[in-house]
Amino acid sequence: MSTTNNGALSVHLRVWRQDGPGDAGRFETYDVGDISSDASFLEMLDVLNERLTLEGREPITFESDCREGICGTCGLMINGRAHGPQKGTATCQLHMREFSDGDVITVEPWRAGSFEVIRDLAVDRTDLDRIIAAGGYISVNTGAAPDANLVPVPKEASESAFDAAACIGCGACVAACPNSAAQLFTAAKVQHLNLLPQGQPERWARTEAMVETMEQFFGSCTNHGECEEACPKEISIDFIAWTNRDYVRAKLKNRKLAGQV
Amino acid sequence: MGKKWVMALTGLTLLGFVLVHMLGNLHLYDGPWETHEYAETLRDLGTEVIPRTWALWALRFGLIAAFALHIHSAYSLTRMSRSADRRYPGGRDYIAANYASRTMRWTGPLVGLFVVYHLADLTWGHFNPDYIRGDPYHNVVASLSNLPVAIWYIVANVALAVHIYHGAWSMFQSLGINSPRWNPLRRRFAQAFAAVILVGNLSFPILVQAGVIDDGGRSVVREHQEQLDGAVGEALGTLGSAP
Ligand code: HEM
Ligand code: SF4
Ligand code: FES
Repeated sequence: MSTTNNGALSVHLRVWRQDGPGDAGRFETYDVGDISSDASFLEMLDVLNERLTLEGREPITFESDCREGICGTCGLMINGRAHGPQKGTATCQLHMREFSDGDVITVEPWRAGSFEVIRDLAVDRTDLDRIIAAGGYISVNTGAAPDANLVPVPKEASESAFDAAACIGCGACVAACPNSAAQLFTAAKVQHLNLLPQGQPERWARTEAMVETMEQFFGSCTNHGECEEACPKEISIDFIAWTNRDYVRAKLKNRKLAGQV
Repeated sequence: MGKKWVMALTGLTLLGFVLVHMLGNLHLYDGPWETHEYAETLRDLGTEVIPRTWALWALRFGLIAAFALHIHSAYSLTRMSRSADRRYPGGRDYIAANYASRTMRWTGPLVGLFVVYHLADLTWGHFNPDYIRGDPYHNVVASLSNLPVAIWYIVANVALAVHIYHGAWSMFQSLGINSPRWNPLRRRFAQAFAAVILVGNLSFPILVQAGVIDDGGRSVVREHQEQLDGAVGEALGTLGSAP
């Protein structure tokens, strides 16, 4: 990084540092020079961390894994936006060319009552897993692989289910929501199963269990629509409306007769 | 989400009320006597089968229940969100949330306060020395010709329109009414609803202030009553002096 390339830029970071869950936390500022505009945002943080380590300072804790936008591990609040300024993009896929030389960039962890800061920019998202554990699965025994056309699935249904299944569970929707509601995540996880034939045997039990688990940990949706804007997979709030409908149907159904108590 | 349904269904009830109330008030443009007759019509609803004002009271109880449930679910859901929320000291950048959606928890209570004031003012006549029971036209003029009162009515009704602008859209999402064919119309419905309510409701304080709605301090209803009393008195007097 000693050679200055054409697209190099310098940015001023304001980064949230917090020593642990109990610590009050504070912003610290760093001037990060000589960053390639082709670097990803996380690579820029890697470079900063290397420099901090060489100076004998504590590097910034942040999370990432695949770095190709599919695992949902990364996630930072960048200038007040979950996953930063580029629509439909996870933090790991955000590049420094989205910023200009001299920019001040504020970086914070996801914030929600149930997202406790573990350290610096890393938060505990276990409560999202609890929602999945409550019903985000299909428990019928499928046996050997069935003949491909045995269960007819309309193309539209499979596409909608795919759209919902694109959710990577990053939690940007919660982070972006002024109510810290997890409706978009939950709706995506409920609907990618509810929309398919294989999801029907547990549809009503699943919807009720997942929604009610969600409500134990997260806030209440007021339909701002911020989640849809923040979602790196651009999942639509249509799924939220659909889940609201399924929830009431689950409540009104004779679930004994539906075989889903 | 059950509470969201309650909120949406009671919100829908209140929307219906707000619309009918506004349309009913347009009788002010027919004149004092017509306004009085309209008010009497409401009291006479259903008199074919049940005693007078019972139907009106049933509607009122329904409304009070809707109002109470709406406020209760708004309150408990707000508490749920408050306890789940952590603020960003670095600030948050809104993309989709608009002014209306972010102020629901201000415009709602403001409208609630207004409703209480409005009842005390025009239903019970607490604030108005000139209040005459049964003459709504006169009472509206007596209240709204007072500039601070007119301004308060205007502010509260702007808040109501802002509340409706988000609420009448949000309602569809909460109720799961969502289809590609209707989705663009949901927003336009909310905008149109808010605009109609705004224009209708603001016209009353503005036109009273402008002197278009005015009864010159007279009360046709009271005069009519006095005439009736006079006629009865005369009749009684004739009876009394009969041999
Ligand atoms: C005549 C008066 C009112 C009407 C017509 C009305 C209408 C509505 C409607 C249609 C909704 C949408 C429901 C949904 O999203 O499911 C709503 C939401 C809401 N209302 Fe009201 N409301 C009125 C008065 C109030 C009052 C007095 C309060 C406050 C105490 C209040 C607080 C709220 C809140 C906090 C929401 C939720 C916000 C959201 O979902 O974004 N409203 N209202
Ligand atoms: S719905 Fe979108 S923002 Fe929310 S967890 Fe899934 S991918 Fe992330
Ligand atoms: S690191 Fe896997 S989605 Fe960003």
